[in-house]
Amino acid sequence: MSLIIFLETVMNFKAFAAIGAGLAAVGAGIGIGKIGGAAMEAMARQPEMQGKLQGSAIVLIAFVEAVALFAVVVALISE
Amino acid sequence: MLLKSLKILVLILPFNLFGSTVLEPGVSSEFDVNKMIMHHIKDAHEFHIMDINGHPISFPLPIILWTENGLVTFLSSEFDHDDSGVKVVSRKNQQFVKYHEKIFYASEFSSGSYISYSQEGEVLNKKPFDLSITKMVFSMFISMLLLVLIFVSTAKSYSNSVKGIPTGLSKFTEPLILFIKDEVALPMIGKKNYKKYMPFLLTLFFFIWINNVMGLIPFFPFSANLSGNIAFTLVLATITFVITSLVANKDYWKHIFWMPGIPVPMKLFLAPIEFLGIFIKPISLMIRLFANISAGHIIILSLISLIFIFKTIWLAPASLFFSVFISLIEVLVVAIQAYIFTMLSALYIGSAIEEHEH
Repeated sequence: MSLIIFLETVMNFKAFAAIGAGLAAVGAGIGIGKIGGAAMEAMARQPEMQGKLQGSAIVLIAFVEAVALFAVVVALISE
Repeated sequence: MLLKSLKILVLILPFNLFGSTVLEPGVSSEFDVNKMIMHHIKDAHEFHIMDINGHPISFPLPIILWTENGLVTFLSSEFDHDDSGVKVVSRKNQQFVKYHEKIFYASEFSSGSYISYSQEGEVLNKKPFDLSITKMVFSMFISMLLLVLIFVSTAKSYSNSVKGIPTGLSKFTEPLILFIKDEVALPMIGKKNYKKYMPFLLTLFFFIWINNVMGLIPFFPFSANLSGNIAFTLVLATITFVITSLVANKDYWKHIFWMPGIPVPMKLFLAPIEFLGIFIKPISLMIRLFANISAGHIIILSLISLIFIFKTIWLAPASLFFSVFISLIEVLVVAIQAYIFTMLSALYIGSAIEEHEH
């Protein structure tokens, strides 16, 4: 218990919020990269499908991004 | 012993690089980035335009309060830009102070302000019911006015045109309306029912988009972070949720509470998850728009603040370049966010009225 109080007084817990936001960005980066790569490959294979692929890729990216943004919001609240 | 070595370890680790723990004495008047950004992101009772020689210039907005003695109205300029509960405004035998952009009844004067705190530092003052036209409400009125102007003139331009060929402003709006119809409503809701939901989807798209764009314009009547306000996105998501729940057919509810085609223990396990899913969908809509737009504002302001953090004008070109770059990306992002909100709303509505064959 005293250790926690000690840590709270010595360390800045805001730092953890920043680290959390950074980790969320890493995860979202991997996810968006995979979606983008796959969409690019699919477009190269079938250029006539480009419009549809682009649309669904953007929507999927929004889903991945939302999870990262949840983390950012939590980090903002906790700091 | 352990504690001591831990302390040394902690001191060596550069943890306090991240925060603002190391505050030297006598620098309290220094530029506080966090405070400036949060001030911009949050709602306010006056529209702050700029500071000249430390004196704030702002556009006063009306404060409308429902108090114990009835309705009270006055302009926010009567608070003299005070936000720390020092300046008192008296109306109808009641005293009001503004503290952190909230209006309170004034209490006894103690430790420099008319605000009294509990042991935990919470404000004890009572609050009147606040119906003020705040910065966000003001910004929303402007966007509504703009939308009415744009779409009334669009509608008029069709009555003047020959054979329905778009003229004037409808050259700009028609492709967007067709885009929502062909790329959002038709594939998501289906040929049979899409017409009923088109007005809602179009309103959603244009309302979010115009507010997003207005947030990016960095001078007076615009620049409020309206679509990055959680109350705003909450209302829009709630409307989607209510429509989805009201128009949903038997199959939709069946697929949530007693989905066909899987064993009973699995049904019992999945039903609560699916039930929570009803609420998580609009909540994710809400958080996505809120976080995206707020994040955009925070990034641009942080980049501009770099000049004031490093206290050198030589950083200005880099800071300016990056903020222009991010602003251009944001122009794309705000359109995509409006599109995604509309598309997901259409998707949820479409899944609620979908007819299954089994």
